[in-house]
Amino acid sequence: MKYRAIVIGASAGGMHVVSRILAHLPADFKLPVIIVQHLHKTQDGYLIEFYNSNTILPVREAEDKLDIQPSHIYIAPPDYHLLIEQDETLSLSRDEKVNYSRPSIDVLFESAADVYGSELIGVILTGANNDGSHGLKCIMEHGGLTLVQDPETAQFPEMPRSAREYVTVDHVLDVDALGKFLMTVGTALPIVTVEKQAQAGGKGNGKA
Amino acid sequence: MRMKKNELEDIELPLLLDAVFQRYGYDFRNYAKATMLRRVRQFVDKTGYKHISDLIPKILRDPSFFQALVADFSITVTEMFRDPPFYKAIREQVVSLLKTYPFIKIWHAGCATGEEVYAMAILLKEEGLYERSTIFATDINDNALTKAKEGVFSLEHIREYTENYQESAGCHSFSEYYHADQKNMIVNSSLKKNITFANHNLVSDQVFGEMHLILCRNVIIYFNKDLQNRVLQLFHDSLIRGGFLCLGSKETLRFSLIHDQYRTIDGKNKIYQKRVRLKDRQGKQAT
Repeated sequence: MKYRAIVIGASAGGMHVVSRILAHLPADFKLPVIIVQHLHKTQDGYLIEFYNSNTILPVREAEDKLDIQPSHIYIAPPDYHLLIEQDETLSLSRDEKVNYSRPSIDVLFESAADVYGSELIGVILTGANNDGSHGLKCIMEHGGLTLVQDPETAQFPEMPRSAREYVTVDHVLDVDALGKFLMTVGTALPIVTVEKQAQAGGKGNGKA
Repeated sequence: MRMKKNELEDIELPLLLDAVFQRYGYDFRNYAKATMLRRVRQFVDKTGYKHISDLIPKILRDPSFFQALVADFSITVTEMFRDPPFYKAIREQVVSLLKTYPFIKIWHAGCATGEEVYAMAILLKEEGLYERSTIFATDINDNALTKAKEGVFSLEHIREYTENYQESAGCHSFSEYYHADQKNMIVNSSLKKNITFANHNLVSDQVFGEMHLILCRNVIIYFNKDLQNRVLQLFHDSLIRGGFLCLGSKETLRFSLIHDQYRTIDGKNKIYQKRVRLKDRQGKQAT
């Protein structure tokens, strides 16, 4: 398998879209999925329950210092940034908001790109701001795969549109196509350690 | 041979933190890396440098530049009655026990610009405990401490603070505790009387003795596991038996070495009580 983790960013209109994507992921799905969904800070708990009722994979709130497990889905808690550490544990911070958001998609994507490099998939979904564009660019620059929800099909097109303008994305897909694509990528083959690519600056071509 | 930017940064960041430690004695080497890297990158951008290693010569020779870096490293994002349910839980589950002591010593570690210290002072006043309380409020950031001592905060957030206060089961009107000028709220000086602000570094400084209550919220989240354990041991050694330890809502004692010496008063609001009868320690760690 070429990839080791998936990060997803969603804002306004994102709850049902994320849940539709998660519904596509089967029991033998092997990658961890780490999600920032912008929310009001008082909506603690409900989101996890909602996602859990719509997917076969275990969904839990991201906790500080928690080991990232394959086949698990992690959701950033409200009012905390979520980051990935080099030892593949989760890390929370209450630093200032980024793009008026905490959690911020940029913060997650940037730190995930540092850790997973070209073995990362980043997905930007519906939203009414431009959080995530910079983070998606980091993923692209590290040779990871970049996916964006087709703005035409997004309830709030600004966020995917901004990502598309800012990054030369690999694929622009509607929600069900995104779900199927991730399903294929995450169940394709048994996990094998990917050799570090010798050639510098080699860019993933997005073929899974 | 080319090396990627983040591979170079893996070399540069420890070099910078080592330079800071050797030159000024501030030890950030055991801070959680991802957030540290993010802050350092921001500092590099803000100060107009290109690479992390460019900061090193300037840091070594210019103490004011170092101060600016420390200010960016230590969190100063806070608010009055942040996490109102926490303060409500203190009122409902801790205050009655504190009332049994003739005097109360409180250590607020990592107090930043002081908003939460004044919130605690208000709570103690309303519960009739302030006059017999002493609050030690500490931070590593001198700029933040100066602001905390002044007790002058922007009116920009007053609405949020007032709402927080009400949600925290405040029983008066929040406006009783400050007066306002054009831009700022100025907290009543009567709230300051029993607060001592001081510089204290959790990484390198020692125990604060015989505390009844220690608050350290959203600070250890920035540390790696080793440093978390060191700091929690420091709190453990600073608390009286039966004393209370309060952490941030996403911080926990669960994985720490002192875990079995505490009972959980409120799991959601992370309020713990040191056991009166401590358990025998097996496999005590050297650090």
